[in-house]
Amino acid sequence: MSANANRPQLVVASGARLGASKPAPSVIVPLKRPKDSRWAFLRPMFVSWLTNILPPLIVLAAGLIVWELACSSPKSSLPAPSKIWTDSRDLIVDPFFVAGPQDIGLGLRVLTSLERVAIGFGLSAVAGVLLGALVGQSVWAMRGLDPIFQILRTVPPLAWLPISLAAFRDANPSAIFVIFITAIWPIIINTAVGIRNIPQDYRNVAAVLRLNPIEFFWRIMIPSAAPYIFTGLRIGIGLSWLAIVAAEMLTGGVGIGFFIWDAWNSSRLSDIVVALAYIGIVGFILDRIVAAVGHVATRGTQAS
Amino acid sequence: MIAPVEPRSHTLEMPFAAGRSFLKVDRISKSFSRGSATTEVLREVSLGIEKGEFVSIIGHSGCGKSTLLNLVAGLTQVSHGAILLEDHEVNAPGPERAVVFQNHSLLPWLTVYENVALAVDKVFGSRKPRAERRAWVMHNLELVQMAHAKDKRPAEISGGMKQRVGIARALSMEPKVLLLDEPFGALDALTRAHLQDSVMQIHARLGNTVIMITHDVDEAVLLSDRIVMMTNGPAATIGEILDVQLPRPRRRLELVAHPIYLAMREAVLKFLYERHAQPALLAAE
Repeated sequence: MSANANRPQLVVASGARLGASKPAPSVIVPLKRPKDSRWAFLRPMFVSWLTNILPPLIVLAAGLIVWELACSSPKSSLPAPSKIWTDSRDLIVDPFFVAGPQDIGLGLRVLTSLERVAIGFGLSAVAGVLLGALVGQSVWAMRGLDPIFQILRTVPPLAWLPISLAAFRDANPSAIFVIFITAIWPIIINTAVGIRNIPQDYRNVAAVLRLNPIEFFWRIMIPSAAPYIFTGLRIGIGLSWLAIVAAEMLTGGVGIGFFIWDAWNSSRLSDIVVALAYIGIVGFILDRIVAAVGHVATRGTQAS
Repeated sequence: MIAPVEPRSHTLEMPFAAGRSFLKVDRISKSFSRGSATTEVLREVSLGIEKGEFVSIIGHSGCGKSTLLNLVAGLTQVSHGAILLEDHEVNAPGPERAVVFQNHSLLPWLTVYENVALAVDKVFGSRKPRAERRAWVMHNLELVQMAHAKDKRPAEISGGMKQRVGIARALSMEPKVLLLDEPFGALDALTRAHLQDSVMQIHARLGNTVIMITHDVDEAVLLSDRIVMMTNGPAATIGEILDVQLPRPRRRLELVAHPIYLAMREAVLKFLYERHAQPALLAAE
């Protein structure tokens, strides 16, 4: 926008110089400042907002229109956006209402699911980094554990559920275990790669300083491998969020997964669509949170 | 693996009283084996270094001079022979043999201050109170004229500055021997000259015992009390040891035309390019 406002002035300046008969020394022509200079600092923000937010909004609106048209017939098996709005307005408008023991807002259900994810993912982050450090540091640990990890990581999350139900005899710890076992593999593998890639120079420094293993872990290993670890954590949180919904469908309770299953059983398709939107947005936010933490935590770890 | 430390006359060694040097490299050999192939990098290297001496090791690349430094540092183990520092065998790395690495090896996630503090806290953590350690870190940064950048990260300072911080980190450990592994190799000529002057001043002030790996003839003559010249590998050994009898303090400009300086320079150059020219160079002729 500022470029548009300034362009005519630039043309005038260069035109004047061309028109002069004698070779005038090049003059610095002061450009007129935009009048609303007090708010000028907002302009770049506004422009970036416009270029980043507007396109997805347009796509979203177009998608909703197509969807509305496609599902507008009364015989349609899926609800149109307008029908979802009329059916599930309470769910959309107020995420935190409580109208009864099983009739609560989706925000509260998501929080219950998030609590499980927090516990399961937190445990897998700690265990994953420690195991990854072991596998990355010790050749024998890698030879012994890596093939087993490579096989176990291909087991789909839900395949663990019956075993964990049998072991824990309770839905909640079983769901947490499924989160744990789903998220841990990318954390282990990425951490191990990060540890293996610690430059020999840093190891030499640690050796000259005689850092003990615990000091080496905290002062060298973790900071040096941090970019890899956070890649693993980011994949892990995404997988946890994928697994929690499926696990909750089977274990029941208050979470968002069970809500979908419950809505399906009582043919509330509109509620399911709203729940899907919630899950997607929360998953997106989780990913961004881990990415942001990683960005802050790995500041300055790039060797120069 | 402790070799007997009996007085032993070696043509290449300086004569030492009863063979007891401050740092004694006693007939060490080093072989690396990869699979079935074994390469002998160093053979029968013996060298004695006195306290406060500045010794340079010079040789063509691949002559095992860095291996020799890593052996003294304890980062690699000798195959035969022994290295003794004040009559104690060296078999592991430690802060009493601090290393300044060629590529500075500062930890990029720590600031300049924190990089030095890591070493100081580790070495003096139990002996000095916190305030004293802090002062000691700053003292060492001032010694290399880097106190002004104490809160910068390594990525934010120039190559020469990083190397200064690397030197400060090594000095801060109060090492018995300071090991410099081609410390100025990656720097431009002007920065290198500045750092050489700094190292000379620090050596004059603190009287450290220094071993420096270099491939720069002028640098070796300017800084050293003795220059150890290595033959070509494999199975490299010490070819000759040159005493640099230039008076200290040495000034770069005064030395340029100094007859001893020129003679030393010529001696090293002749050794490197006449008698022990790199095989590749000979083949090219």
